[in-house]
Parts: sequence; C-alpha cells; structure tokens
Amino acid sequence: MQLIAEDLVIDRGSRRIIDGLSFAVKAGEALVLTGANGIGKTTLLRTLAGFIRPFRGVIRLDGGDDELTLGEQSHVVGHTNAVKSSLSVAENAGFWNTYLDSGEDSPSRIAASLRHFGLEDLSDFPAAYLSAGQKRRLGLARLLVARRPVWLLDEPTASLDTASSERLVAAVNDHTSSGGLAVIATHLPLGLERARTLDLAAQRMAA
Amino acid sequence: MKSFWALLSRDVRLAVREGGAIGTALGFFLVVVSLMPLGLGPDLNLLSRIAAGVLWIALLLAALLSLNRIFEADHEDGTLDVLATGPLPLELVTAAKSLAHWITTGIPLAIMAPVLGILLNLDLAAYPILVATTLAGTPAVSFLGAIGAALTMKTRRGGLLLALIVLPLYVPTLIFGISAVSAGAGPTGLAASFLILAAISLVAIVLGPLAAAAALKVQLQ
Repeated sequence: MQLIAEDLVIDRGSRRIIDGLSFAVKAGEALVLTGANGIGKTTLLRTLAGFIRPFRGVIRLDGGDDELTLGEQSHVVGHTNAVKSSLSVAENAGFWNTYLDSGEDSPSRIAASLRHFGLEDLSDFPAAYLSAGQKRRLGLARLLVARRPVWLLDEPTASLDTASSERLVAAVNDHTSSGGLAVIATHLPLGLERARTLDLAAQRMAA
Repeated sequence: MKSFWALLSRDVRLAVREGGAIGTALGFFLVVVSLMPLGLGPDLNLLSRIAAGVLWIALLLAALLSLNRIFEADHEDGTLDVLATGPLPLELVTAAKSLAHWITTGIPLAIMAPVLGILLNLDLAAYPILVATTLAGTPAVSFLGAIGAALTMKTRRGGLLLALIVLPLYVPTLIFGISAVSAGAGPTGLAASFLILAAISLVAIVLGPLAAAAALKVQLQ
C-alpha cells in the first residue's frame, strides 16, 4: 500500500498554500510534516482526508480499497477531540467503535484501546469531567477502536504529558509495523520508528 | 445500517441527557400559546376559530429553537469530521440527525399540542386530528430545517438567519396542517389536506438530507 500525492496545488481563499508538492508514503512508514504555523500542515491533512478539494494534483492510495475514498480508509484526528461531554468515556469509545468499525470482538477492542491510553479506570466517568489531556487521550483512543490503514494526525501531542506522548508514539509504531501508514503534523520531535520528515517550509522555498 | 442506528441512538441519548433542547421547545410552545388568550381576551368563539393556526405557528417556532444545534454541536467538537469520514454517506448522516431531531422535538411537541388546545377552546372533535396532523407534519419541519442548520452551521448567532432561510419552506406544511385541523374543512377536505401534508413530509424526508449533505460538504472545507 502506498499513499501518493503528485504535483499538489492547494488554495485557501485567494492564497496559494501548497504549490507543486509531491510525496509518497509507503505502508509501514510515517511521514512527519513540519514547518512554522500557517505553513499549511492542517490544510494538507484536510486535503488528504478529502474535505478540501485541491486546485490541481492527484492524491491516491495504491493498494487500498477501490470502493472507498481515502478519507473513508483514514482516521482523522484534528485539533478537536470529537468527544461528547455528556457521554461516559466508555460510551464515547463504544459509539466510535460501532459507527466506524462494525466488526467483531468489539468489547475487547474498546477495552484494549482505553487501556493503551491509560483510561481504563475512567471508563464509567462522564467525559465532561476529564482534563484536557485526558480528553485528548480519549480522542486518540479512537485510532485503536476501529482498524483503518491510514492515520492522519494533526498535532496529536497537544496537551499531552510525556508519558502519554510515549503511549501515542507506541501506538503509531505498532500501526506502522503492522503495515499501516501515518501522516503526522507536529512541532515536537516524537522519536518515531521508520519515520521520514517533510519540511513544508523548505519545500515552499524550493517551489 | 449499524452505523445509522448507532448515530441515531447516540443523538437521541444526547438530547435526552442534555435535556435543554426538549425543555426549551416545550416551554416556548406553552408560553406562546398561553399568551394568546391573554392577548385576545376571553372570546371563546374567536379562540376556537383561530386555535389551529395558533397551535401550528407556535409549534413551528418552538421547533426552530433547537434546529441550529443539529450540526453546530458536532461541528464545534470535531465530531462532524469523523462522521464524514465514516462508512455512512453524508446524506445518511444528515438523515439520521434529522430523524433524531424529529424524535426528540417533533414528537414531544405533537403530544403537547392537544394539551395546549384546551387553552384555546379547540373543538373536541379536532383533538385526534390535531395529534395526527402534527405527527404527520413535523417530519418536514426537522428534515427541511436540517438544510438551514447545515447552511448556518459556522455562522455565529446563526439562529435568526436560520429562521429566515427555513420559515418560508414551512409554508406548505403550515397551510395544509391548519386546513386539516380547522373544523370547516369537512371530511373530504380533511382527507385531502392530511394526504397532502403527509406527502410534503415524505418529499422533505427524501430531499432534505440530500440538500443538507451538499451544504455540509461545502462547510467542511
């Protein structure tokens, strides 16, 4: 499997954010997007997820499911957590499991994903009372409640402590080692295995 | 299909737990209808003549109050992005959310309408017809309202704009809803009005989600 972007041009309003960007991410690899604020990391990720239509260029997933769009094969984690305050932690995870996955062994999958992000003791707790970091972890637990080959993460470590960041890094490493691929926008060095860095600032200078 | 039911039951559960939307709609309905006799005076003949119209207009306005939350809440916390990349087409996402709005707002309002009919000296024979027509007519309110809700999702204080967009679309429902309840219609007029009302709702159930999904696709950019 390979995620390929060719000669991508993306406009926001009248501004050209990304100009002539090409890259490929193979299965088992993570691509780390870096660059200053406003360089277009979020725009690029939302384009990959299919929300923004590029002005020009092609995005495709070779070896994926031809019936589904790239967005439908991706986990998209943006700045917000998609967590409902009036549902409990387990209900939040359970909803995403049923909505996204519809697969077998759901209860054990939900339990495992909550355990991975250290939320198992909080599972009956209303999400309204979670701290910002715990909410973030619940948002990230969505990555594990349903299996999807592509992860698109936008500053996933925001408001996480060091231990939680390491749990996230472990989850991404597991994902890539089992044949998944990930595109991650971040400002912090994460220490991922099998990761390449794409500096959007350098790319813009070259274009 | 499993995803559809998961989304529907989650939305209903959220509405019941948060409670605010249902309570506000019912309270607003009660207050507007009970103001009418106070404003118009104790003329029972006049009240029973305008009862159907007052009930329907107050019901539409009460349903409008909770309409803007259909997509706004999910957009604010990022849920909508994930729903859009889920296995369900966006048209079915909007359909599930409109249906949840009808269950949590349309049905309670329809059940409350006959209770408020007492305040307006509504003809006794009209009570079953009132419940039937409000139940048949309110799906159009939720499914057409979803179009406006999707269009104004990102607008700050979009409630008024939403009312401007959506209220004109409610005119057919209002006209045939009132004419079905009004005593003057007679049995043949009642059947015709009721069938047209049901037809409007069916058309809204089909077209509303399509239009709302198209609006959401633009809004998600």
